[in-house]
Amino acid sequence: MQTNPHVRVHDLSVSYGSTPALNRISVDIPEKQITAVIGPSGCGKSTLLRAMNRLLENSDGVSLSGSILIDNENIYDPGRDVTEIRKKMGLLSQKPYPLPMSIFENVAYGPRIHGMKKKNEMAETVRHYLTISGLWEEVKDRLHEPASRLSIGQQQRLCLARGLAVEPEIILADEPTSALDPKSSQKIEAEFKHLKNRYTIIIVTHILRQARRLADYVLFMYLGELVEHGPAAQIFENPQHEMTKEYIRGIIS
Amino acid sequence: MRSSFNKFEEAVFRFLMIVSTLVVLGCLFLIIGTVLFKGIGSMDLDMITRTPQGGYYLGKEGGVLNAIVGSIVLTSSATAIAFLASLPVVLYINIYAGKNSRFAELIRLSLDFLWGIPSIVYGAFGFIIMVYFGISASLLGGIITVALFILPIMARAMDEVISLVPVELVEASFSLGSTRIETASRVVLRQTLPGIISAILLAFGRGIGDAASVLFTSGFSDRIPLSLTQPAATLPLAIFFQLGTPFPEVQERAYASAFILTIIILIVSISARLLAARFRRHTIQ
Amino acid sequence: MTAKRTLKDLIAGKAMFLITAGCGVLVLVMALGLLIRAWPIMQIKPLHELLFSVSWSPMKGDFGMLPFIMGTLWVTGIAIVIAVPISLLTSIYLSEFALSRIRELSRPFIDLLAGIPSVIYGIWGVIVIVPLVKGRLAPLFGVSSTGYSVLAAGIVLSIMIFPVIIHITMEVFQAVPAGLREASLSLGATQWQTVKHVVLRRSLPGIIAANVLGFSRAFGETMAVLMVAGNITKIPGSVFDPGYPLPALIANNYGEMMSIPLYDSALMMSALVLFVVVIFFNVISRYILHRIRLRIS
Repeated sequence: MQTNPHVRVHDLSVSYGSTPALNRISVDIPEKQITAVIGPSGCGKSTLLRAMNRLLENSDGVSLSGSILIDNENIYDPGRDVTEIRKKMGLLSQKPYPLPMSIFENVAYGPRIHGMKKKNEMAETVRHYLTISGLWEEVKDRLHEPASRLSIGQQQRLCLARGLAVEPEIILADEPTSALDPKSSQKIEAEFKHLKNRYTIIIVTHILRQARRLADYVLFMYLGELVEHGPAAQIFENPQHEMTKEYIRGIIS
Repeated sequence: MRSSFNKFEEAVFRFLMIVSTLVVLGCLFLIIGTVLFKGIGSMDLDMITRTPQGGYYLGKEGGVLNAIVGSIVLTSSATAIAFLASLPVVLYINIYAGKNSRFAELIRLSLDFLWGIPSIVYGAFGFIIMVYFGISASLLGGIITVALFILPIMARAMDEVISLVPVELVEASFSLGSTRIETASRVVLRQTLPGIISAILLAFGRGIGDAASVLFTSGFSDRIPLSLTQPAATLPLAIFFQLGTPFPEVQERAYASAFILTIIILIVSISARLLAARFRRHTIQ
Repeated sequence: MTAKRTLKDLIAGKAMFLITAGCGVLVLVMALGLLIRAWPIMQIKPLHELLFSVSWSPMKGDFGMLPFIMGTLWVTGIAIVIAVPISLLTSIYLSEFALSRIRELSRPFIDLLAGIPSVIYGIWGVIVIVPLVKGRLAPLFGVSSTGYSVLAAGIVLSIMIFPVIIHITMEVFQAVPAGLREASLSLGATQWQTVKHVVLRRSLPGIIAANVLGFSRAFGETMAVLMVAGNITKIPGSVFDPGYPLPALIANNYGEMMSIPLYDSALMMSALVLFVVVIFFNVISRYILHRIRLRIS
């Protein structure tokens, strides 16, 4: 069970204006496992995820301190190129946001930005990642239709393929199934189980059963604090903290 | 290689964007600066205290008091009429018809169209109305035309504040047994008063600055109008006519008149903005 | 008591409905009024002669509007060519790159630019732009010009429509969901790449609508153009030539129009042309903007 930490969050605090959102979070996230971040809504789960992708600095009035180390390099070092950091991670948001272009172009977008030019190489890449995300059979005949014509569930898998196509090491997923029907959710979950051999996956969820189904490692957060973290079995079967116990038993939600 | 080209492209566009923004803002300061600078040299007390005397347009004595008074009287009356017409419209579409109803959307659309119509067309239309009712170019004609011209501006600006009133507030008032007109006058108007005044000022500013709409309709006179049927001078037209003369002394007076008009516009715009800012403070909290 | 209040409510409602409906049909009333007054000349002369003949001499009964229509197209075209890139770049900068403090700070200034009267733009054009065209721009191309030209009018007009285009374009950018930008950024795209490939592509219809509205505003603008365009009844051959736009024609000749037969009808017809063109462009852009608003809500 013991693996190397892939992401090391150290003493991370974030506030929006004068409202604190994260309070001195420190945690190591294991490599090539699924880590679930659970907790009631508004507890800072999404903020933590967005901090890892350096998306917070786009909004005004956000102040951030502490560090996040990925592969032992602090992503908040002033000298770091933010696009290189983001390339290491694929982000899956609550709602799928297909880019305003065709299905093919959506997947090709990342590789193209990072310099892939050859046409057949691109076609091969697109096919490869659409296959991984389980979408190839459904869309292979209409690759050049606008992505917005896909169903929501298909769009979310397209977004997964798009994220994988930049060859990240880490997948960040922010309640990726919350906009989907049960069938599509199931497909996404199956994808995650399948992908965890190759990627470090961090999934934010408010669905406890989803966390139970997927997670190897669990972080429980409450009101901007990291209350407890540890291997899934330990958190679910034998939580140490009162708050965690109550949350797991459904007393607080 | 590719990434350095990308960085170059991004840098070029960033530069162009900043330059464009500076050009846009620079134009504003350049225009206001030029007009104020040119105008202040030609200002004297006569300009705002006297009407044109004999031979004024040849460079003899006088001022543009006639145009200042004409503009203020004409635009104030027009603003009052436009207010009396646009308030019912805005209250009706937001409270009676429902702010997201088809009817409300239709009225908004036609107000947007009215807003887009050039003021010279309002001038021509005002002229047609006057011919129809047998009114000659006069203060009255100008008032009617300018009122029509600023009606959509005022109505849309008011609509923007009133449609922000939460539905819950209106429903709360209904549930206490208020009728719609009581809700409109006691709850909605009170809640949005600063925004409404700011809309009135905005429309006044547009009205007082416009020349093309009064060109046909208000006539021009060196005397201060004493009744609705007399022709009235307005500041924008005074500027236009004075600049059109071949005499440098008179052209100087056009600059001075432009100075006066710009000051009026600045005062009106800035107070409108301060009121709107105050209004925003109230709604957020 | 309650009956009285209900009655008051009912009467107020009816009265307000009448005024509202009156506003709603005002556009149609204006169209009808202009049409009635333009009718006499449209009965005598075929429409294509009125619109496409170059010969304009009211005394002889010739009312060919082509020189004025071309004058309008020249000044409006120049204004659009200048205004589109500058307004677009400014909107992108303010809504995508600038700190929100700078964005909020510049908003009132852009509104102020929209509030400056057109006669002030005109006088500024006479003081600054006309000498600039005469003394610098025309010699640069080896032409002589009085400065009163379609170029001068186009430059002044372009500044007048900056705020129109910027205001609506920024609104359109605001309608692009933040999640879409983040999706692109999280793939390692730079901010500029995100703007270029995602934000602009998504906003394209709205950007077109904004520029069409700017175009129609420029099309009907009168006083500023009247003061700097030169007003000579001839189709301009170059940007340094004077032109005589349609609104200027109406404004300049209102005095004598009642004294020459059909002259007033011809001028009302030009007002009708302005009206129709402006309403046409407004319908297009409002439709696009309406669709975008629907998509957000």
